[in-house]
Amino acid sequence: MGNVVLKDVSKTYGGTVNVLNDIDLQITAGELIVFVGPSGCGKSTLLRMIAGLEKITGGTLEIDGQRMNDVPPAQRGIAMVFQSYALYPHMTVRDNMAFALKLAKKSKEEINEAVEEAARKLQLTDYLDRLPKALSGGQRQRVAIGRSIVRDPKIYLFDEPLSNLDAALRVATRIEIARLKEEMPDRTMIYVTHDQVEAMTLADRIVVLANKGIAQVGSPLELYERPQNEMVATFIGSPAMNLLPGKITGTGAQTEISLDDGGKAVSHVQTEASDMGKTVNIGVRPEHLEATDGEGLFTGRVDITEALGEVTLLYFETVGTDPALIAKLPGVHKDRRGQKVTMTAAPEHVHVFHEGQSLLYR
Amino acid sequence: MAPALQGLLTIVIGISVCVGYFFGSNLLLDMLFPPRGPKAGRNTNIANLIRPWLFLFPALFALGLYLMYPVVETLRLSLTDRIPGGGYQWTGLSNYTQMFQEPKFWEAMGNNLLWLLVVPGMATIFGLLAAQLTDRIAWGSIAKSIIFMPMAISFVGAAVIWKLVYDARPEGQDQIGILNALVVWFGGTPETWLTLPFWNNFFLMVVLIWIQSGFAMVILSAALRGIPEETVEAAIIDGANPMQIFFKIKVPQIRSTIMVVWTTITVIVLKIFDIVFAMTNGQWGTQVLANYMYDKLFIARDWGVGSASAIVIMVLVLPILVWNVRNARREMS
Ligand SMILES: Nc1ncnc2c1ncn2[C@@H]1O[C@H](COP(=O)(O)OP(=O)(O)OP(=O)(O)O)[C@@H](O)[C@H]1O
Ligand SMILES: [Mg+2]
Repeated sequence: MGNVVLKDVSKTYGGTVNVLNDIDLQITAGELIVFVGPSGCGKSTLLRMIAGLEKITGGTLEIDGQRMNDVPPAQRGIAMVFQSYALYPHMTVRDNMAFALKLAKKSKEEINEAVEEAARKLQLTDYLDRLPKALSGGQRQRVAIGRSIVRDPKIYLFDEPLSNLDAALRVATRIEIARLKEEMPDRTMIYVTHDQVEAMTLADRIVVLANKGIAQVGSPLELYERPQNEMVATFIGSPAMNLLPGKITGTGAQTEISLDDGGKAVSHVQTEASDMGKTVNIGVRPEHLEATDGEGLFTGRVDITEALGEVTLLYFETVGTDPALIAKLPGVHKDRRGQKVTMTAAPEHVHVFHEGQSLLYR
Repeated sequence: MAPALQGLLTIVIGISVCVGYFFGSNLLLDMLFPPRGPKAGRNTNIANLIRPWLFLFPALFALGLYLMYPVVETLRLSLTDRIPGGGYQWTGLSNYTQMFQEPKFWEAMGNNLLWLLVVPGMATIFGLLAAQLTDRIAWGSIAKSIIFMPMAISFVGAAVIWKLVYDARPEGQDQIGILNALVVWFGGTPETWLTLPFWNNFFLMVVLIWIQSGFAMVILSAALRGIPEETVEAAIIDGANPMQIFFKIKVPQIRSTIMVVWTTITVIVLKIFDIVFAMTNGQWGTQVLANYMYDKLFIARDWGVGSASAIVIMVLVLPILVWNVRNARREMS
C-alpha cells in the first residue's frame, strides 16, 4: 500500500502568500513520481505538506484512503530524505539509523537487524560507528537514505537528495536509488528535483509544477513527445524547445502554419476549419531540426557553435525572437559558424501552441 | 570641574592618545624602514615583523601592569609578613597554615563549593529553558528582554533589591518584603530569611541565578537557533515528541556551548563577592572565599593571610578558566 491522493490541495503561507492552488493528483502505490518545475514553484512545499512538516491550508490529503491532513508526520507511514542530509551530527551512523526504531520502542535485536540490513544494502557496514562529520557527502546521503529504509515506510519522500553531490557521485547515487526502487516495487517514492536527467531516468510519472498548479502529469516520454503547453514544452528537454510565432494557414489532418519570419511549417497536429487564421507558436526541439537546401522553417546565420563530440549545438543569430534559436545536429559541425543555414523539421516533430496550450489536447 | 565633564574629558583624551599612538607609531615605523628605495623589499619585511607588536603592545602593557604584576605581588605578599614599624620578612607558608586552621576559611570553602554545585547548574538550566520556551511564543523577544534585564544591574544593586525581597519586620507589623508578605498572607509567621543557618546560602544564590540566567539564555538561544532546522524536522518524521527533540536532538548539538556557559558562570561563582558582602557580609554562616579575602585584607589588615586566600581563589579558578578558553576555541573552529 502507499496510495497518495491530493484533492484540491492549496497552500497559503502566513495567510497571504499563496504558493499552490487546486492541486489534484493521484499517486498509486509502487509508483516513483518526480516533481519538477522552476525554482520557487512550490515543489518542496508540496512534498512537505505530504510529509506533514507544512500545514495544508486547503483541500485534503489521503494516504491509503485515510484523511491525513491532521495526522502527525510519524504516523503517516512516510520517511523523508533531505537535500542537506539532516543527519544528527552527534550520533554515529548506527544511532542515526536506529533513532526512529528506538523511539518506536523496537527490541534491540530487531533494531540491529534492520540497521545491519540497511547498511549492507547501502555499503555502509564499515562506517556504522563513525560520526557523520567523518563521512563524505555521498556517504552521508546514503546514511540519510538508510535512515528512511530502516523504518520501512510505505512512502519515501526525497527533496533534491542529490543536488549537494558532484556530478559523478550524483549519477552513482541516482542509480543506487533506481536499484532500491526496484528492490521495493510496492513502495511509493516521491522525488523532487531540478535535474532533468534525474527526472527522465527515475520517474514513472513526472509532475511539472508551474504557476501555482500542475502544468502536466505524465510519463517522461509523454511529456517529451506530447507537451500539453509551452511551459512544459520548454521546461522538459535540453536545450529548450524553440518557439516560432506564426498563423495557421491550412487545417485538416495536417496543419500548415506560415511563420512571421517568412518560413512555412507543416505539423502532424490535426486542426479544424475554425482554427484557420489563429495566431500560434510552433515548437520544435533543437534535436529535431535539420539543415535543408529547400524551403524551411527559418533561415539564420550561425552565431556560435558548441561541439560536444557526439552532437554540435548551433546558436542562430535571429531578429525578432528573443531567445536564440538552437539546433542540435549529430556529429561535428564547427565549420557551420558564420554560415547562413535553412532549418526544417519533419511534421511529426512540429508542435502547435495556441495561447500557450498545445492543440494536441482538446 | 563637574564629574561628568571630567569623565568626558578622560574619554576624549584616552581615545586621542590611542589613535595618536597607533597612527604615530606606524608612521615612525614607515619612516625608519621606508617601503621604497633600493631596500624596499627588505624594509617591508622588517616593518611587517615589527608592526604586529606595535598593535599588541598597549594590550600587553596593560595586562602586564594590571594583571601579571598583581599576581606576582600577591604571591610575594602571601609568603611574607609585615614587620611592625616598616619592612617585611619571608615567612614561608605560615600564612597558609594559619589560614587553613581557621574555621571561617573552611566555612568559606564549603559555602563556595555549595555555590559551585547549585548556581552554574541552575542558571544554565533556567537559561536553557528560557531560551527554548521564548523561541516558541509570539512575545518571546519581550520575554527575553525582561529575563535579560538583571544582567544590566550591578551585583550590589541586585543584592539591594533582593535584600528588600527578604526583608523582615517584627510580627504584627506590615511586611515590606514580598516573601514575608506572602508568608503572612498564607497565615505563616515572618522569618528573618538571611539569618536562617544553611538555607540563607541558598537565598543568596537565588540572586546570582536570577542575574546569570539571562546571560545563559542569550548565549544558548543563539546556539539553539544555529541548529539546522532539518535535523529537527527529521526527528519529527522519525517520531520524536517535543521532549525527545529537545533532549536528544537539540541539547546534544549545543553541548559545547552549554559547557562554555556553565564554566563561565562557575568562574563568576568562585569569585563571588558583592552579593554576599552587600547582603550578609559573611555573617550567619554565609562566608565565601572572596569576602573572606576582603575581610582579611581590608578589615583585619592582615595582608599575608588575605593574599594567601586570594592565591587560593586563583588556583581554583585557573583550571576552569583554561578549560573554558579551550572549549570556546573549539567552538569557534
Ligand atoms: N515559510 C514561508 N513563508 C512564506 N513563503 C514561503 C515560505 N516557504 C516558502 N515560501 C515561498 O513559497 C514558494 C515555494 O517555495 P518552495 O520551497 O516550495 O519552492 P521549490 O519549488 O522547492 O523551489 P526550489 O526549486 O528552489 O527548491 C517560494 O516562492 C517561497 O518564497
Ligand atoms: Mg525546494
